[in-house]
Amino acid sequence: MTTADIREAVLDILSGIAPDEDLSQLKDDVPFREQLELDSMDFLDIVMELRKRYRVQIPEDDYMELRSMDSTVAYLEPLMKDLQKV
Amino acid sequence: MVAGTPDSHRIVITGVGLTAPNGNSLKEFREALLAGRSGVRPYEIRYVGKTLAGVCTFDELRYQKKKDLRRGTRAGSVGIYCANEAIVDAGLDWPNVDKAQVGVYVGVTEHGNVETENEIFELKGFDYDTKYWSHHHNPRTVANNPAGEISLNLGVTGPHYTIGAACAAGNAGLIQGVQMLRLGEVDLALAGGVSESIRTFGIFASFKSQGALASHDDPTKASRPFDVHRNGIVVAEGGCMYVLERYSDARARGAKIYGEIAGYHLNSDASDFVLPNPDRQAECLARALGRARMSPAEVDIVSTHATGTASGDSQECAALRRVFNGSGATRFNNAKSYIGHAMGAAGALELAGNLPAFDDRVCHPTINVDELDPECAIDGLVMNEPREMPRARTILNNSFGMLGINSVLIVSKV
Repeated sequence: MTTADIREAVLDILSGIAPDEDLSQLKDDVPFREQLELDSMDFLDIVMELRKRYRVQIPEDDYMELRSMDSTVAYLEPLMKDLQKV
Repeated sequence: MVAGTPDSHRIVITGVGLTAPNGNSLKEFREALLAGRSGVRPYEIRYVGKTLAGVCTFDELRYQKKKDLRRGTRAGSVGIYCANEAIVDAGLDWPNVDKAQVGVYVGVTEHGNVETENEIFELKGFDYDTKYWSHHHNPRTVANNPAGEISLNLGVTGPHYTIGAACAAGNAGLIQGVQMLRLGEVDLALAGGVSESIRTFGIFASFKSQGALASHDDPTKASRPFDVHRNGIVVAEGGCMYVLERYSDARARGAKIYGEIAGYHLNSDASDFVLPNPDRQAECLARALGRARMSPAEVDIVSTHATGTASGDSQECAALRRVFNGSGATRFNNAKSYIGHAMGAAGALELAGNLPAFDDRVCHPTINVDELDPECAIDGLVMNEPREMPRARTILNNSFGMLGINSVLIVSKV
């Protein structure tokens, strides 16, 4: 998966978790929590969806890497670059 | 009202919010009951396949966001819709109500089966590896979930919990509200019952294994209490929540008053897991009447519990005959014949469908009685067509459940 593919995958997961939000204006360098109504259960949903869809396992100590789109994609790139886009 | 009861101990209904398979407000529900309009339709659920059910179509997004629906449960949504509608109907100045003095008491037949079945179904796709089990499972399946979702939605900081009472739960929720108001634990109660049971295959499969799941070529004819050809229960979802207040408070704010809880009783058969016990049902009826200081002849409408099973309907009729024999003016009806069995919501919904009779003096019928079972032939049974009544001042509402729990609630016009 390319960097763009990974961003698209995360965006798709977010659209399911935050269905009332307009994600078209999402700023990739700004923390999710500063622009979306997300709580700790929502972040666990991101972790779970990555696990279910891509079999990517994220250790609890790394959850902080999911704070923004930029940091999330950067963290996932080495884990997902060899995967096929689904 | 029992003579001498102070107004602060008289508990009245000032708001009703409901969703039933044939109506999403009391007005719509009542119109359907008087028009003989069923809410039962073809339905399909995993593993069981094609069956029948009472399905609700309320506007889920009226009081919730899409995210709330995704996170919560169907029972929570049903409860939230009904509680909000009840508050609107009661004309309360909700932003200025002291939320710490509000209690939420929700009757449920069961809770958590739907969510657990869904999660196991998902997990099957991951070879039952539990690291794919959702973190939402526990908050969705805790027994207080439907009441808790109402408290979260409305900002109620007083007590909230569910009352698990099988199919007597709707009445039990109301009775809990009455008791907490009388104890002074709360100043306002949101009380009633909800059901999401059509979303668990287990309830259909279990009734089928028990030989108690209804079937009929015409879905609208499948739920037929008292008919000699009845063959079981149609499972339904739904909800009905009431605003309960002390009469003194309701009068002080000039509230519209639907009726007063004049009496109630709960008891147990202590005799069988599933078979009803007419002796204990009759005792429950008599004790509720005793608490209301009423004779059977003072009851104008009895809303029966009958679910359409072979033994349950005739046993209830035996109990009713024993208590009401000779009080010729009392009329008997049944709402499950229209919507199926809404489980935890049943008692609360069935009462609501009769409340407008205080104003229009019409007893809605039980429908689908093509050939009355002689064992169910009770004097005053209103069949297939509504009947006008000379007087409609008191409704008695029966609700019974598995493991032998019986509830009777009596509501009188104020």
